[in-house]
Amino acid sequence: MSIFLDEKTRVIIQGYTGKIGTFHAQEMIDYGTNVVGGVTPGKGGDTHLGLPVFNTVKEAVEATGAQASAVFVPPPFAADAIMEAAEAGIKFCVCVTDGIPTQDMMRVKRYMRSFMKAERMCLTGPNCAGTISPGKAMMGIMPGHIYMKGNVGLIGRSGTLGYEAASQLKARGIGISTSVGIGGDPINGSAFKDHLERFEQDPDTDLIVMIGEIGGPQEAAAAEYARDHMKKPVLAYIAGLTAPKGRTMGHAGAIVTTVGESAAEKVDILRKAGVGIILRPSEFGSAVEEALAKL
Amino acid sequence: MDIHEYQAKALLAEYGMPIAQGGLAYSPEQAVYRAKEIGGDVWVVKAQIHSGARGKAGGVKVCSSEDEVLAAANDMLGKRMVTNQTGPNGKLVYRLYVEAGTAIDREIYLAFVLDRATEGVMCVASAAGGIDIEDTDPDDIIRIPVEPAIGMQDFQARQVAFALKLGSGQISEAVKAIKAAYRAFRDLDATMVEINPLVVTKAGRILALDAKMGFDDNALFKHTNVSELRDKSQEDAREMNAADRGLSYVGLDGNIGCIINGAGLAMATMDMIKHVGGEPANFLDIGGGASPERVAKAFNLVLSDSSVDAILVNIFAGINRCDWVAEGVIQAMTKLDVKVPVIVRLSGTNVEKGRQILKDSGVKLIIAETLAEAAEKSVAAAKTMAVTKS
Repeated sequence: MSIFLDEKTRVIIQGYTGKIGTFHAQEMIDYGTNVVGGVTPGKGGDTHLGLPVFNTVKEAVEATGAQASAVFVPPPFAADAIMEAAEAGIKFCVCVTDGIPTQDMMRVKRYMRSFMKAERMCLTGPNCAGTISPGKAMMGIMPGHIYMKGNVGLIGRSGTLGYEAASQLKARGIGISTSVGIGGDPINGSAFKDHLERFEQDPDTDLIVMIGEIGGPQEAAAAEYARDHMKKPVLAYIAGLTAPKGRTMGHAGAIVTTVGESAAEKVDILRKAGVGIILRPSEFGSAVEEALAKL
Repeated sequence: MDIHEYQAKALLAEYGMPIAQGGLAYSPEQAVYRAKEIGGDVWVVKAQIHSGARGKAGGVKVCSSEDEVLAAANDMLGKRMVTNQTGPNGKLVYRLYVEAGTAIDREIYLAFVLDRATEGVMCVASAAGGIDIEDTDPDDIIRIPVEPAIGMQDFQARQVAFALKLGSGQISEAVKAIKAAYRAFRDLDATMVEINPLVVTKAGRILALDAKMGFDDNALFKHTNVSELRDKSQEDAREMNAADRGLSYVGLDGNIGCIINGAGLAMATMDMIKHVGGEPANFLDIGGGASPERVAKAFNLVLSDSSVDAILVNIFAGINRCDWVAEGVIQAMTKLDVKVPVIVRLSGTNVEKGRQILKDSGVKLIIAETLAEAAEKSVAAAKTMAVTKS
């Protein structure tokens, strides 16, 4: 098993016929993802990459039974696309788009909360690399070949740092059940805590690595969750030790504005909650190997 | 994006925020003219720079004659004003705001900020205004979360006003001011509205004496009236230059220049440098793509910082391949006159091929295979270089 996504999950692409959407849709198909079509308003009825194009997500869901959607829609229209997916009954949504206005995301979150929990969509991103269940399927922009199939769950805010971790694991013959990118924006569709919960219940995940960074309260919330509700070991790395206060470090969300948001403070909070700390970004491989050996 | 006080006041006034009468001046003579226009016998001359704490830096002067206005304006215009928020280079003062003087009874702090914990908007207020809110006792700070889908309600604004212990005569005026600040925040996609101080005048009126606004860069496309307020003279030249080229750059105090793709990997690489005893000279995210053009621009940018003694290039090639990135690095190195050691670490797709291209190029590079090795080699190379330089 894996979380969110396997080779059977029916996936659509929003922003399907655009240049970026087309490129990554093809990569996803080549990896083995069960892509069943795409949505581009105004191009309904066309065929693209051998698959049907729909005007609305609702039509796509009705015609294909799609369960998941990858959003490659430009920033001004992306919030709308996410809400459309939520309304159409999509259960898992990956939004790759970088640059969505923060207040748009506030509205997206409110809209998603208006659904009953059982019908509520899980959104990852925006501004994320995507989610991959290695050997099965991927939704996003990551290079699939750097991931090996295995028993470690990975959750991270950053794309390339997640790749770094996955490669270090692969180099030691350690595989990943699912890797979830939650994105680098100030307001994320879902947080570390949400995914820790899913990994805790996934029989094929034995250990979870979370890759956090400076800014925002969600690493602290994850620490509390891991302490109170998890039996599986959790390891964490927090990037941004050298980041000065009040400066945005690339990710709109990577900015220390209040107490508890610096890398040192987050490491302290996580450690006190019993989460294993990976001190250096060169030690993902060795730290996970050591922790797995203790299981 | 940040804007000037006078711009923030003009925007807020459109939403009903009471402000004092004032005018903009680009010369001392114009400042005097503005004072005459405003009338009265007390004026405040304020340097317009993107920074708080202007008062302590001599950027706010109360004047009680036209001569004093002239002298204050003469003193401020053309100066690079250094505050605790500007960095050592300070910011150029080339506009002044001349405002009618106000007899103040009380100073209050009022702000709206994005709150990541509630994923909404937070109203922050304090009965002790006019000072740095960070120095205020946390128990004295009023925080009211505003649900963005509903907006700030009157009862919430009243809660704030009563908690500020305002007199009954000022409540409705305060509610109006608080809601004005909220509506400006919401309508203009602000990330911050700060009114410090909001004052109660001796005459019992509410007035915004200072105003700061920051905006969500990602939402500027919606608001041309805001984006046209951008003042490039107030931004760090190097960071602005980078941003205009699609790169994300933050200058720091160290001597190891960093060229990395992805913000998280960039921060992690800088941490690694620190762990092995070095100091990064900058944060630089060249984006996921890492095309040869971007690599070349990144080299230019990093080399413009004279304190750089070594450059560490750390690229994780995903969809773009290492061989392609390697070509980009070589192209940049041959075109530019790079006098400091360059350490390159590639990983990801086609890594062997990429390393081979680097080796075969004949370009003088230090190649590292792992993140740890890259950091160690950079620190060592920078140390040697620093010794040679001195």
